[in-house]
Amino acid sequence: MCLGVPGKITEIYEINGLLMGKIDFGGIIKEACLAYVPEAKVGDYTVVHVGFALNLIDEQEAQETLALLREMGALGEELGEEEAPRGDGE
Amino acid sequence: MKYLTEYRDAERVKPILEEIHRTVTRPWVLMEICGGQTHNLIRYGFDQLLPDKIELVHGPGCPVCVTPLELIDKALQIASRPDVIFASFGDMLRVPGSSKDLFQIKSEGGDVRVVYSPLDCLKIARENPDKEVVFFGVGFETTAPANAMAILQAHQQGIRNFSMLVSHVRVPPAIEALLTSPENRVQAFLAAGHVCTVMGTWEYEPLAERFKVPIVVTGFEPLDLAWGILRAIRQLEEGRAEVENAYERLVVPEGNIPAQKIINQVFESCDRKWRGVGLIPQSGWRLRPEFADYDAELRFDVGAIEVSESELCQAGLVLQGRLKPNECPAFGKECTPRTPLGAPMVSSEGACAAYYQYGRLAAEGAS
Ligand code: SF4
Repeated sequence: MCLGVPGKITEIYEINGLLMGKIDFGGIIKEACLAYVPEAKVGDYTVVHVGFALNLIDEQEAQETLALLREMGALGEELGEEEAPRGDGE
Repeated sequence: MKYLTEYRDAERVKPILEEIHRTVTRPWVLMEICGGQTHNLIRYGFDQLLPDKIELVHGPGCPVCVTPLELIDKALQIASRPDVIFASFGDMLRVPGSSKDLFQIKSEGGDVRVVYSPLDCLKIARENPDKEVVFFGVGFETTAPANAMAILQAHQQGIRNFSMLVSHVRVPPAIEALLTSPENRVQAFLAAGHVCTVMGTWEYEPLAERFKVPIVVTGFEPLDLAWGILRAIRQLEEGRAEVENAYERLVVPEGNIPAQKIINQVFESCDRKWRGVGLIPQSGWRLRPEFADYDAELRFDVGAIEVSESELCQAGLVLQGRLKPNECPAFGKECTPRTPLGAPMVSSEGACAAYYQYGRLAAEGAS
C-alpha cells in the first residue's frame, strides 16, 4: 500500500468542492485528490497514496541531496584505491 | 522517470554502500519500520550488500499484518450480509481470518469489491442507494488522511449508506512499545518516509531522546535506503541519538498540516490491539463520537466473535523483529503466498511474503 511512486500533476480541477487532479506516472494517468496540497500547480511532482497526494516533491531539496551524494561518490573513488572497505562483506 | 530513475541508479548507490562499509566498526541492529521498505531492502539485496556487522530486522509497519484478527472476522461477517457491498484495498482479501478470508466470502456470493481509494466508496454508495457500503479502513498514518476525507465527504454530501470498519494504527507508540520490551535488540530505526510526509518528524524527537536511539526518516528507493542506513550508522558509531531526515525532498519537520487537521477532526486516539503483538496503549485512531453514524462496528451488530489463530504461525515474533521470516518452521512449507497461514505472507508489505518472493528461502547461517 505504501510504495508511492512520484507522478507529475497534469491537470487540476474540482469535484464536489474537492480539489482533484490528473497525475502522470510515466505515461499512466490516474486521478488523485489534491486537498492536502492546495498549493499544487500543474507540472509539480507529487507522491500519491490510495488516491491522495501526500505532499509535493521539493525540487531544491532533491537536487541538494543528489549533489551531496554525488560528492560522496567522487570522494569514495579517490579513497577507494588506498583504503579497502572495512566491513566483512564481499 | 524523474525522481525515480536517479534513485534506482546502481552507480549512485555503490559509493554510499562503500561509505557504509568504511564507517562500520562494530555490530549494529537496525529496524526499518515500514513493510514497503522491507520489500525494497530485500528486493535490492541490501541484506546481502551491507557489511555483516549490520543486521536489519523488519518492523511492524504492515497495516494488513497488524489488523487484529477480531476485526478481520468482523469484516468477514459484515461482508457476507446480502445487504452489504464490502469495499477494501486488494491486500486485505487474502488475509486469513479465523476460518475464512474475504476472497472466500466473495466466491460464496458476497459483494466484495477492491477499491483504489476510499473515495471510490462514495460513488458506489451513491449508485447503490438500497445497499450498505462498508469500507475496511485499515492503515497507518499514511492512509489516515484519505480515510478521514472519505468520512468527511460522506458527511458533507449526506451519504447515509456508507460506513467504515476502522482499524488505524500509528508508528510512534509502536516504537515506544518495542523499545520498552525487555527483548528489544534494535539500536536504531529507519522511520517510514511516507508516514513522516503526513505527520512530520516532531513525534519522534522525544523517543530519540528518551531511549537514546537514532531515528532516521528514510525513503523507499535504493539510494534513499542506503542514505538512511548510512546516516543511522554514522550516529551509532559517533554515539549520537538524534532524529535525522534523509528524505528531505518530501518530508518537512511539521509534516502535512492540512492532512493532520482533517485526521484530528475525524479521528481520536485510542488503545489498539496489534495482531500477533498485543495491545499497545494509545496506538490507534478511531472515529470521533460526532462521526459514530459512520462506524460500521456500531451499525452492524456482529455479536460475540471467537477467534482462533493458526498455531504454527509466528507472525507476532516476525513483526517485532525477533524472528526472521525464514526462521519460522512453516515458512515455504505449510505457509506460502498461495496457502498463507498468517498475514505477513499475504500482504505486499509483509516480511514473509518479501522473503518468499525474493528467494530468501533457507535461513542463512552465520554466512
Ligand atoms: S512464514 Fe507464514 S506461518 Fe511463518 S510467521 Fe510468516 S506468515 Fe506466519
